[in-house]
Amino acid sequence: MLTVQSTVYTSPIAKPAQPWRTFRRQYRRLGQAIAFTLCALLAVLYIFPFYWMIVTALKTDQQVFVWPPALWPATPQWQNFVEATRYIPFWLYMRNTLVICLITVVGTLISCTLIAYGFSRLRWPGRDAIFIIYLSTIMLPGQVTMIPLYVVFRNLGWVGTILPLVVPAFFGNAFFVFLLRQFFRTIPSELTDAARIDGANEFGILWHIMLPLTRPALFTVALFSFLNAYRDFLGPLVYLTEQSQWTISLGLQLFKNMYGAQWQLMMAASTLMMLPVIALFFVTQRTFVEGIATTGLNG
Amino acid sequence: MTTLSPSRLRMPRFLSSRSERRELAAGLLFISPALIGFFLFTVYPILQSLYYSFTDYNILQPPVWVGLDNYVELLNDRVFVKSLTNTLFMVVIGLPVHLVFDFTVALLLNARIRGLPFFRTVFYLPSITPVVATAVLWAWLLNAQYGLINLLLDSLGLPMIGFLTDPNWTKPSLILMGAWYGGNTILIYLAALQDVPKELLEAAELDGANGWVKIWRVIIPMVSPVIFFTLVLNLIGYFQIFTEGWVLTATRSGSAGGPLNSLLFYAMYLYQNAFQFFKMGLASAQAWVLFLIVLSVTLILFRTSGWVYYRSEC
Repeated sequence: MLTVQSTVYTSPIAKPAQPWRTFRRQYRRLGQAIAFTLCALLAVLYIFPFYWMIVTALKTDQQVFVWPPALWPATPQWQNFVEATRYIPFWLYMRNTLVICLITVVGTLISCTLIAYGFSRLRWPGRDAIFIIYLSTIMLPGQVTMIPLYVVFRNLGWVGTILPLVVPAFFGNAFFVFLLRQFFRTIPSELTDAARIDGANEFGILWHIMLPLTRPALFTVALFSFLNAYRDFLGPLVYLTEQSQWTISLGLQLFKNMYGAQWQLMMAASTLMMLPVIALFFVTQRTFVEGIATTGLNG
Repeated sequence: MTTLSPSRLRMPRFLSSRSERRELAAGLLFISPALIGFFLFTVYPILQSLYYSFTDYNILQPPVWVGLDNYVELLNDRVFVKSLTNTLFMVVIGLPVHLVFDFTVALLLNARIRGLPFFRTVFYLPSITPVVATAVLWAWLLNAQYGLINLLLDSLGLPMIGFLTDPNWTKPSLILMGAWYGGNTILIYLAALQDVPKELLEAAELDGANGWVKIWRVIIPMVSPVIFFTLVLNLIGYFQIFTEGWVLTATRSGSAGGPLNSLLFYAMYLYQNAFQFFKMGLASAQAWVLFLIVLSVTLILFRTSGWVYYRSEC
């Protein structure tokens, strides 16, 4: 409909090129149709593993190996999910994981807002040079610092506790600082300058003016730091030596080892581990998409 | 407001006035967590690991200076060389394949197709799911005997493939798996593509440029900073692959690496040396070799970044 209208509207100007334009438009339509078809095919391939995970989780151990495989089991074994949470202390591991995630999020939010404020709203000599150096630490491979940090944490008696995993969050994260700084810079300086003239101190400005205005950015940081902590595997593997303190990502490993052939229980446990992330994603989709566009682009 | 104008702050009498000193103090106060963290969690460990790399250190006894022994040992260690070539395979083949794939998908999504929000969601979702959970899922899909992909190949009369058991197939399988995690990069590319000015594309069209020419002569130069950004960050990530390889191959006894060590990546062997064999000195040498490789490759990328076109705006 729209295209017809626009043809009528532009025709007086573009009369001589009319056949060429129609050709172009049809050509573009064809391109769009091909692009849509390819995306649809790809989408099926992207969704299918999730679907197969759930279907496998609902089969009995015999049904798992039947050919041709049933696309939906005749009698879905919902109790597989219960069974999966019983054979490993699933809820204990989930609770351990969430404790680490929450402390990490709190630490990241506090430290990164302070640091980003210092790097964006205060003017002081050497600020931008120091920021570049700080930002370049994003490119440092974690392996280079891993061993000395382990030695330090071991000497502090922190190995076997969650402290090595959560304490660093209170000292900032260059990536999130960068993200928050980008947002802080979009707030007109008149606002903070006016508050300063009215006698507000810097903490007051940060708390009463900046933070309320950058809520979406704070939410993005909270979300991504939560996800990073939830998905972390190497950190818990190195530091959580007590099995009672394991996170869900370590627990899933144990599960795999214990029931090497029981694919349906492994798939049930994997599904349960993914559920919070997928639920979080659907509740906060906008934040995700915008967060990526901003961090990826405004460099 | 005039009292705070930038020109007055950049006075030649550096730090002479009281207000400037106060500003510096406030600035340092606010970034103090970053400063402390920078020295505690970055500078100190980098230097300390350099020192450890010249020592024999098992954590229980104090480090003993051995000079370059660890580096010589690495050169003669076939497992180390294997872990390095495995990692380079992923960097040299896996990374370009993934970036080209992600860019192509982004181009398709950018063709103003219907249902864009739906596709964006579908392509993004795998990239945020925990690798530990999805690696198990892929191990099942790629299972040599009962995996769905092999069952499909078999029903089509094609030979079954030992995706995760045949050393020639393990890394290509991992690259296939990795394509599924590319949603993050796809969204970054899509956002960049949507930012390409329409006027430029229209001008190119008027000059008779077809789709292919538009992609190579207009779109890619315009989004080249973003391509460069994803190239650098993904490169560093690829050098550190750990979780996928570990989850797919770790056995109960604690060994990992898969058939003929074909999935033993650099970070995995480093972890084993450090935390399973407690060869902290050797592992530190490994870390420093990795650091130097990543640093030099990044520098080469920056030096050869003449193809990156920065729009002169702002």
